[in-house]
Amino acid sequence: MAKTLDKVDVVTVGVGWTGGIVAAECAKAGLKVVGLERGRKRGTEDYLRIHDEYRYAIRYELMQDLSKETITFRNTRKERALPMRQMGSFLLGEGLGGSGTHWNGWTFRFLPYDFEIKSQTEKKYGKNKIKEGFQLQDWGITYDEIEPYYDQFEKTAGISGEANPLGGKRKNEYPTPPMKMTPILEKFKKATTDKGYNPYMMPSGNLSETYKNPDGETIYACQYCGFCERFGCEYGAKSTPEVTVVPTAVKTGNFEVRTNSNVVEVLKQGDKVTGVRYIDTLTKEEFIQPAETVVLTSYVLNNAKLLMISDIGTPYDPDTGRGTLGKNYCYQINAGATGFFDEQMNTFMGAGALGMYMDDFNGDNFDHSKEDFLHGAGIWIVQSGTRPISSNPVPPDVPLWGEEFKKASIHYYTRTLFVGGQGATLPHRENYLSLDTTYKDAFGLPLLQMTYNFTDQDRALHQFATDRSAEIIKEMGAKEVVPSNAISDYDIVPYQTTHNTGGTIMGSDPDTSVVNNYLQHWDADNLFVVGAGNFPHNSGYNPTGTVGALAYRCAEGVIKYSKNGGSLV
Amino acid sequence: MTEKDKGLSRRDFLKRSGIVTGTLVGGGLLGGVIGYNARNNTETSPEETREKARQISPKGRKFFTRDADFKILSQATERIFPKDDLGPGAIELGVPYFIDNQLAGAYGMNSREYMQGPFFVGKETQGYQSPLTRAEIFSVGIAALDNEAQKRFKKSFTDLEGGQMDEILTAFQKGEVKLNGVTSSFFFTLLRSATLEGAYSDPIYGGNNNMDGWKMKNFPGHQAAYINVIESDKFQKIKPQSLSSMDH
Repeated sequence: MAKTLDKVDVVTVGVGWTGGIVAAECAKAGLKVVGLERGRKRGTEDYLRIHDEYRYAIRYELMQDLSKETITFRNTRKERALPMRQMGSFLLGEGLGGSGTHWNGWTFRFLPYDFEIKSQTEKKYGKNKIKEGFQLQDWGITYDEIEPYYDQFEKTAGISGEANPLGGKRKNEYPTPPMKMTPILEKFKKATTDKGYNPYMMPSGNLSETYKNPDGETIYACQYCGFCERFGCEYGAKSTPEVTVVPTAVKTGNFEVRTNSNVVEVLKQGDKVTGVRYIDTLTKEEFIQPAETVVLTSYVLNNAKLLMISDIGTPYDPDTGRGTLGKNYCYQINAGATGFFDEQMNTFMGAGALGMYMDDFNGDNFDHSKEDFLHGAGIWIVQSGTRPISSNPVPPDVPLWGEEFKKASIHYYTRTLFVGGQGATLPHRENYLSLDTTYKDAFGLPLLQMTYNFTDQDRALHQFATDRSAEIIKEMGAKEVVPSNAISDYDIVPYQTTHNTGGTIMGSDPDTSVVNNYLQHWDADNLFVVGAGNFPHNSGYNPTGTVGALAYRCAEGVIKYSKNGGSLV
Repeated sequence: MTEKDKGLSRRDFLKRSGIVTGTLVGGGLLGGVIGYNARNNTETSPEETREKARQISPKGRKFFTRDADFKILSQATERIFPKDDLGPGAIELGVPYFIDNQLAGAYGMNSREYMQGPFFVGKETQGYQSPLTRAEIFSVGIAALDNEAQKRFKKSFTDLEGGQMDEILTAFQKGEVKLNGVTSSFFFTLLRSATLEGAYSDPIYGGNNNMDGWKMKNFPGHQAAYINVIESDKFQKIKPQSLSSMDH
């Protein structure tokens, strides 16, 4: 029998970037907030021994314990979905800070084109340009409308960067200057500039200098130690929820974080939600936390799953195209080329977002009339610090083990660079999320099921972005260039990217979206769902900048709702 | 790296990281960071390091019960990562002990992975679907290496010439040998990964003896900061440091 606790104004499910932002803003506005986090409490003091590739990068210490919960996966509806038994393609976060603890810090804004992709594409190229099966839709919010929220997130996180020459209009500069220029980045800058492109320093969540954010939180200067991605930061120099929004929320006296608290159901009565049911993962006790407003702030996949197991909303049906929950699940394509160089470089040094980016082939920044794909890819280089277990690059003619491998992998460890293309994927009728009917999690609840495959659009864009990357790395002076292999079926085994999107998409019409542009659920005014699950398609950028902006938009919505009630649109 | 760059003084560190005295990042944390930087300013000779290593707890087996199996594992890892003019191979680096010790723990038991049934053979794109744990896969795989040696050469795997071992390992890599519950190529991939993990993980895990794996590769291990050299166009040769250097 679940124990019912005292009612609060707001409960968030998950305390990462979105939960932390919503908590901080609502608590500052005087609302009583509880954050339920299924993982453990953690912070800077836990990261002193973080320079341990094996423990954190190979064995995934900071990530989700899959023995408790995972997803099932299949490429197509005709196949049997099977559990993702080991982490691979993407790395799910868990614990205070969520994926915001072990992210790299690449913090972009999407292009104005992204928010109006359907209308702009039809206007420029005609209605027939969007191929059969692709469910493109506008976001119900424009770039100009979301710009102030981007600004707010960048200021909270102290992002270090310079304006993207091909990006949307910015009201303000980044709060801190770009990261340091290094000889490796210089090669990329020169090669791309010589080709007439527009490279810029990557907007970074590892800060170039010590910075105090508008909430009074200090983020320290990055030391370029090379242990960022998959790690926490022992300097408090990576912008994470633990060093920014969580302490801001706690200071108000209106916020309580409850860790080891796994929400298993959103409770709904009529057209309102009443709270959540959760299990203390240590004692296994069950609690009901009543709340005026519930905000789902866990990862993309879990937000969708919680709505499904709570029977809130209409599940998407790929046969009819109707229903919205689970619709438009998207991923990204990872294109690029490896370059083998003669000279030895300091590849082992770096920071997660110490890099350069260019958008000449991203969004609709180039003409698509003759291309058989839409959107594009951001082309990048990063010096995040290669590590010896995971980095053993050898040219294709060298075997993968034995004497020759040892020599070549040691030689090229400090003589190899990669230029990547981070490509958008567009929503397709056959790609979606639903509930699995066979496999269960540790609480006996169905696992989330992912049906996903790359499309011809993805394959064409992958080839295009790989070709551009190869040209650039050749120009950078690589003596041997190895383009990435062409993609066929999506494979859940090798790591690609933790940029999963969709499933709980936003929009201006309840028939085609789950939430409105305040991330308020169409079927329950006091339920908000926020995160990359709100993206109706995925862009050629990392999602966190846009996720942060949406979280600020959501917080504003929750505060508005607490005053006036009702639908906000 | 010049002598003066080798360790950061407390004042330099504070200045560089922008941490103003009196601001708390967690006092214990900051103290620790400064402590290990200061302590490692003095050079230690390789002889002293090795002697120190010998005085620390000895390596031992926690998983393999039979000497023969451990020797097969050792030889197989040595073929994957052999001793050469660059430096030690898997055996000298302690890789077999690393793997043995890992198999006795969470890694061997797949304790953070989804191991509930039902089990079905899936498409390759759906990943690992075997009911076997890594500990079981290694047991099955090592027995199969020996079995294959008997079949092909009428000898134990450990009595083969290097080239003969390679022939068998290649057959495993290509998935040509039938194993129970797992493919030979999956076992080979696991063995190769574990070998590299043992060669290059921090020595606190029992491999990468004397940090020789890192030294061969010019990887400096655990360093506090590269902020003072990140812009340099010269390749930086830095004496590597293990996490154990932080222990007081």
